[in-house]
Amino acid sequence: MSASRLAIGFVLALIATGIVSPTRAERLIVSVSNHRVTVTPNYAGEELVLFGSVEKDGQTHAAQAGYDLVVTVSGPRTDMVTRRKERRFGIWINTDSRQFIAAPGYLALFANRPFEAIASPELQRRQQLGLSNVQLTERASPDDADVMPDDAFRRAFVRLQSQRGFYREDTTAVTFLTSTLFRTGIPLPAAVPIGTYDVEIKLFAKGVYVTKTDTAFEIVKVGFEQFVAGTARQNGLVYGLVTTAMALMTGWLASIVFRRD
Amino acid sequence: VPAVSRKASPNKQERQRVQIYLPIADIPVNIFLLLAMGAAVGFVSGMFGIGGGFLMTPLLIFVGITPGVAVASVASHIAASSFSGALAYWRRRAIDPALASVLLTGGIIGTTLGVTTFTLLRSLGQLDLMIALSYVVLLSGVGGAMFWEGLRAILRAYRGEAATIRRPGSHGWIHGLPLKMRFKRSKIYISIIPVVAIGILIGFLGAVMGIGGGFILVPLLIYLVRVPTSTVIGTSMVLTLVTMMFATVLHAATNHLVDAVLALILMVGGVIGAQFGARAGQMIRGEQLRLLLGLLVLAVGIRFAVQLVIRPEDLFTIRETGVSE
Repeated sequence: MSASRLAIGFVLALIATGIVSPTRAERLIVSVSNHRVTVTPNYAGEELVLFGSVEKDGQTHAAQAGYDLVVTVSGPRTDMVTRRKERRFGIWINTDSRQFIAAPGYLALFANRPFEAIASPELQRRQQLGLSNVQLTERASPDDADVMPDDAFRRAFVRLQSQRGFYREDTTAVTFLTSTLFRTGIPLPAAVPIGTYDVEIKLFAKGVYVTKTDTAFEIVKVGFEQFVAGTARQNGLVYGLVTTAMALMTGWLASIVFRRD
Repeated sequence: VPAVSRKASPNKQERQRVQIYLPIADIPVNIFLLLAMGAAVGFVSGMFGIGGGFLMTPLLIFVGITPGVAVASVASHIAASSFSGALAYWRRRAIDPALASVLLTGGIIGTTLGVTTFTLLRSLGQLDLMIALSYVVLLSGVGGAMFWEGLRAILRAYRGEAATIRRPGSHGWIHGLPLKMRFKRSKIYISIIPVVAIGILIGFLGAVMGIGGGFILVPLLIYLVRVPTSTVIGTSMVLTLVTMMFATVLHAATNHLVDAVLALILMVGGVIGAQFGARAGQMIRGEQLRLLLGLLVLAVGIRFAVQLVIRPEDLFTIRETGVSE
């Protein structure tokens, strides 16, 4: 008896927190225009397109739905260090630093309207809606800790990544073509990190989380450039020897071509 | 399902054609800009008979390539230019092989120390600062001295005074050192200690600063070791060549910062520029050449000093430190 009451209580709690929503039975179907983006030496950035539709069961009516969507694209994760310069002995030098552990190299958040309009501040934080709510783990020696959004290093990190076009937030990027069919562009700048990109699409309705789905795409470097970058990292010694040989060849050719004596 | 939507404007496509993506520096750059920089530095190096690393490394840093990649890639660029120079001197028998091998012993030790220091500074986040500081100190000092020398020589000539032939001092302490060796082609008999020490110094500076070090090495060999002018440049080029080859291999094996594509473009621009520079250099008188070179060296040093003193536009920087498991 008490066990079943506990179970009911648990389900109610889940409904209250928006994890399970039994009154709705929406399903998201999405696809990206290209699952494998190839970066060639003259790659100057491009834009992927994400298409999707909200599939409903018979009871739910489109008109009453008023759907909101938040698309989160996160690129390959790596450790990053943010350093701050201070004036010491009259010159500007790096003094303090913070390490961000497994921070995404690319992070984009797109929505159809401002996050404040989609969800309550509490829900925004829990669902990591917006660059200021995304969890970035910082190593402030010696313990790991998720940092407050107003931390100076975190703010600088997000700002610098945004300047390079790697981090972005756009609350007008998702457009509904019909009441259930939507699309958004995913801009990828030229220096975009290679690897697997996870795309998470979350559906909200009337300030409540409804459902989510995932997809992914991959960015690969191809051709000579990829060969060079790969060899440099994996076979540093061989790469160094080949580069030296190339230098000697160039120098020798020059001495032959421009020989004056 | 539509394919990737390409929203490239004609302007952007135009830019794409001249942009080349540097695999290690990880940035797209204009290929003609790099070729022009290579040619300009090549011109200067041909004119003054120097490697030009002290100009190339700062130029790369100023166009946005990180100091680490700049230093490591310029090493291979200098190797190429000093090899073609050394070949020419070898044909004229203007290289002292014995002296070169003693210098190289020091050079190899110095380069190893330099790359180790470079790796350590990089992990501490102080590499950029140390590169900038080394440039300020070394270039301001050497450039100032060269400029002053050239200016005095010109003033003397203007007043019609006979140039005081400065006989190199006796340097008694150097001749008192043990381990003396006879260098036949240079016709000198001297302790190998200062020679090895010079090799270590040049190897170290070259690996940390991305310079061949010719503009320091040649005066040191002339005034300290008293190497005759007939063999000094050729022999110093051998040291530059080997230390820079060694630095390239070490930087590639430990720091993975050598950008071969960048280096190749610079080499091509450099060897072409050097040919025109050499011709231009023959039309200018020696002391004027020294004055000009001094000014150039000094200007680069001051540029670095200004950059250290003024408040940076952004106090924060970020860098990848690798993938954690």
